[in-house]
Amino acid sequence: MNKPVLEVRDLKKIYGQGEATVHALRGASMTVHRGDYVAIMGSSGSGKSTLMNILGALDIPSSGTYKLDGVDVSRLSDAQLALARNRLIGFIFQAFNLIPRTSAVANVELPLAYAGVKPKERRRRAMAALDIVGLGERAGHEPNQLSGGQQQRVAVARALVTEPALLLADEPTGNLDSKSTDDVLKVFDDLSAAGRTIVIITHEDEVGARAKRLIRLVDGAIVSDVRQSPIHLRPVGPAMAGRHYA
Amino acid sequence: MSIFEVIRFSLRGLSANKLRSALTMLGILIGVAAVILLVAVGNGSAKAISDRIEALGTNTITVMSTGRGGSSSTSLTKDMADALVDAELAPDVKSVSPVVSSSSATMTYEGTDHSVATFVGTTPSWFAASSTPVGTGAMFTEDDVDQGRRVVVLGQTVAEELFPGVDPIDKQVTVGGALFTIVGVLDEKSSTGFNDANDTAVAPLTAVQQVLTGYGALTSIIVEASDPDKVDAAQDQVSTILDQKLDVSESSSSTPYRIQNASSLLETQTETADTFTTLLGAVAAISLLVGGIGITNIMLVTVTERTREIGIRKALGAPRRVILNQFLIEAMLLSVLGGGLGVVTALIGSHFEIVGVKPVIVPSSIALAFGVSVAIGLFFGGLPAARAARLRPIDALRYE
Repeated sequence: MNKPVLEVRDLKKIYGQGEATVHALRGASMTVHRGDYVAIMGSSGSGKSTLMNILGALDIPSSGTYKLDGVDVSRLSDAQLALARNRLIGFIFQAFNLIPRTSAVANVELPLAYAGVKPKERRRRAMAALDIVGLGERAGHEPNQLSGGQQQRVAVARALVTEPALLLADEPTGNLDSKSTDDVLKVFDDLSAAGRTIVIITHEDEVGARAKRLIRLVDGAIVSDVRQSPIHLRPVGPAMAGRHYA
Repeated sequence: MSIFEVIRFSLRGLSANKLRSALTMLGILIGVAAVILLVAVGNGSAKAISDRIEALGTNTITVMSTGRGGSSSTSLTKDMADALVDAELAPDVKSVSPVVSSSSATMTYEGTDHSVATFVGTTPSWFAASSTPVGTGAMFTEDDVDQGRRVVVLGQTVAEELFPGVDPIDKQVTVGGALFTIVGVLDEKSSTGFNDANDTAVAPLTAVQQVLTGYGALTSIIVEASDPDKVDAAQDQVSTILDQKLDVSESSSSTPYRIQNASSLLETQTETADTFTTLLGAVAAISLLVGGIGITNIMLVTVTERTREIGIRKALGAPRRVILNQFLIEAMLLSVLGGGLGVVTALIGSHFEIVGVKPVIVPSSIALAFGVSVAIGLFFGGLPAARAARLRPIDALRYE
């Protein structure tokens, strides 16, 4: 088997000092291979967001190693980290985090601009990414003219436009109604089917059920790691997931 | 990422927040314009004061008699005035104007009377020496003085009293029973003290002596020095000549004449200018401080408000350098555009009278106000942006 996309060993994250010390992560270890679709579940305070921020290279762990596509992220300089975030990771936030008063297509183009892609090529790839999430005809809309589900799909397009090795989604459906949730999850299913590696954080069972692998986090440690469907097949989708839980 | 891309990003960032960009520029505009205009108003009033002092004549010496009129040994005469025009003994004297004046002359024109406050009889050089130029018409000539022609130049007040709405030139007025032909009207002169400097009339010395004062002593002699710096030298030369003429002994402590010169006024003028320079400095410093605080405030708010956006950009893989450049260019565009508009506003504003003062722009104040504003804008736009760009993306994203 080729090298894993993501490999963390004994990851710990400690906030605060002395009396107020909080152990957000108490030694999490996991390996994610290319093409997998992993859901990390846990109640609030279980450390899943902390884990996600470290995986996305937005935060650094207190101890432990994190290898992204074989590269030890904890040893990277600030400039190299920026490069890693740009090329290797596509991050999707719960709060969408689109740049306000900037059109959808300009938002999607942003990571390409930082990657140094020429404007023409940038526009073409951004439009292609928007087409994948089904928002090609809304490219010129600004975030406040889009619904929550549409904004999140723009954010997904922005995350995948650089064709990163890893798509990370932090509660992507947390702020969405069930219809929009379904739209966004369908996009994830399609991306997984197309061979993308996806790690998604959620506290919703129906979201976790659609993933190929389910990791449960309690108090900063991994308590279960279950494979729900084979890595090389299409994800089960909503119908199967529903049956599974019925 | 090329610099053009970064500039495009900055422009997009500015146009995405039009209102905020406009308000920021307005803040800088007001700061810069206020400094330039305040300094210009201060400078304008300083100019106005020094002009007024200069209008009094700064390079003249007035010789007056202290003796009781009549006594031939102590009064000033036309001979003495003529003796002062001497290239050998008095090289720094430019002109000498003997003056007789009467304060009891009544001028009549077609039944209208006007009592002229000072009716001056003198020579043509008086007009230049006393900084009293003729506005309309002409002044009288040396020839008029020699021939004793009865011509007169009126002050503004007299002209308005006797000839309301009528051109007085070539009209004839009666003074002391004699007819005088009006040849000109003086320019309006700013009055100092209680006397109306415009309530005057000027005629040839000989004519006035003949009609009003008689051929006795002169009221005064106005001596014009060749240069404002030579006033003291001219004064020494004048007193030497007069001492000879009036037989004043070397040992005598008092002289029968008194010399007033304008160097004290010059001193006052210099002091006034110094005071104004200090005042201007204080005004400019305070305005710059206030304007600078305004710019600082708005820049800090703008960047702090966008810390979250910086976090998003970092999460998308923007290198610190690119973010910093974008915000620096935005800050620079705002401060340069705002500052430039401020300079334009001040230049336009300086064409209008402000609280009765015509502002006079000080060029260095433009450079100072513009430079300081741009520097403050860059610094306080750049510093928080640099700080935000250094944050871990997650901390920038959480920033509220």
